[in-house]
Amino acid sequence: MRQVSTEAIRRAVIGCIERAEYFIDPEIAGAMRCAERSERSPIAKRVLSQLIENYEIAACEHIAICQDTGMCIVFAEIGQEVHITDGYFEDAVNDGVREAYKGLRKSIVSDPLFDRKNTQDNTPAVIHARIVPGDKLRLTVLCKGFGSENMSRIKMLTPSAGEQGVIDFAVETALLAGANPCPPIIMGICIGGDFEQAALYAKKMIAQSLRYEPEDERYRALQEEITLRINALGIGPAGFGGDTTLIKLNIAYLPTHIAGMPCAISVCCHASRHAECIL
Amino acid sequence: MDTKHIQLPLTEESIAGLRAGDNVLLSGTVYTGRDAAHKRIAKAIGDGAPLPFDLNGATVYYVGPAPAYKDQPVGAAGPTTSYRMDAYTPLLLAHGLKGMIGKGDRSDEVISAIKRNKAVYFAAVGGAAALLAKHIHSSRVICYEDLGTEAVHEFVLDEFPVIVAIDSNGEDIYKSGRSAFLESVGKDPR
Ligand code: SF4
Repeated sequence: MRQVSTEAIRRAVIGCIERAEYFIDPEIAGAMRCAERSERSPIAKRVLSQLIENYEIAACEHIAICQDTGMCIVFAEIGQEVHITDGYFEDAVNDGVREAYKGLRKSIVSDPLFDRKNTQDNTPAVIHARIVPGDKLRLTVLCKGFGSENMSRIKMLTPSAGEQGVIDFAVETALLAGANPCPPIIMGICIGGDFEQAALYAKKMIAQSLRYEPEDERYRALQEEITLRINALGIGPAGFGGDTTLIKLNIAYLPTHIAGMPCAISVCCHASRHAECIL
Repeated sequence: MDTKHIQLPLTEESIAGLRAGDNVLLSGTVYTGRDAAHKRIAKAIGDGAPLPFDLNGATVYYVGPAPAYKDQPVGAAGPTTSYRMDAYTPLLLAHGLKGMIGKGDRSDEVISAIKRNKAVYFAAVGGAAALLAKHIHSSRVICYEDLGTEAVHEFVLDEFPVIVAIDSNGEDIYKSGRSAFLESVGKDPR
């Protein structure tokens, strides 16, 4: 057994949040620069250059990339040889969130429907823990804005919907979202699994590298096809019209039931704030 | 593309001169308000209770700012998605509101209310929150302090970059921008 203290977990969570909120993932910054160069719409070019400048100001002046500093989604892969000491895992994560958000916007309400009272410390985080082989503990933290989260969708497609069903659902989702999720967007799709697993893996896919490619070449082709179709919509940066609507689409696929083909789509803005830490 | 400088509060003339798609730099006072503040303002109007600020000629910015760091006037402060305020907007416009700053498209009811009341809806770039914060000179909470980030703040803007999204004639860039771009590159807008 390898021991990992709750204090180490708490500090790791703080570190991930601070990195994510002020320093954009270099892959995204790079993709945005490429998009700015190739954009054909002058207004879109202008928006992209504002967004690139925004990343620089955020990093240099310690101003969060976006005011919606998000809800914390924590994916934990806990090696089964790990023994967590000095307290509870989830408490440690929430303590980290509480500390990190002292200087960030608090966007969580405790009751969703009636009271909608702010918890004042951005807790609780949404925690998804999995037991995996090994003696390491890997944390992936997403600070997820809700302008884009509100545009996410799931559809219980039937097997007969086929490839076309997935393509149509994805293109329709981007079109309905329009300017709301702050395009250019990053999209995660999961086909298969069941209702909640599809949603979970779709969400995981937005924290994946922009270089991610599915192993199966048919899914690679599907990824490419949907990307082309969404970018052909012309929604453009900020929804003012342009070439760049989707920065990257990542598709996951999972075993499913003979009667079903769930399809979940997680939508994230260009300000995709995520960071990872291995303990 | 040239840029127009507009001094707030908006006037009938300044609004009449704005067209959807215009680049504008706004300077002057705006009030922040998002979901929770709108709900309270709408209730106050209904009850005939005092309002947090004079709606007449005012401009509202849909934002919940992040806390300021050290001696900065405000933290990250970009627009939030506007459609969530659509249910309250026609009422506010009927009571004198002239300008709104947000992001994303609006309902048909809001567009007709903008036309009817000769108002204007500006879009700021969503996610450009650090850059936009640099154009906010000062910030103070004036009402509903218990709402935290959703409290009504008074911001003084200094050449704050926006684009006219819906003008007083009801022209809407979220409708025309996409099709204009597709036409410009020789594609048929569906
Ligand atoms: S969708 Fe993303 S970029 Fe836009 S306001 Fe929300 S968090 Fe910020």
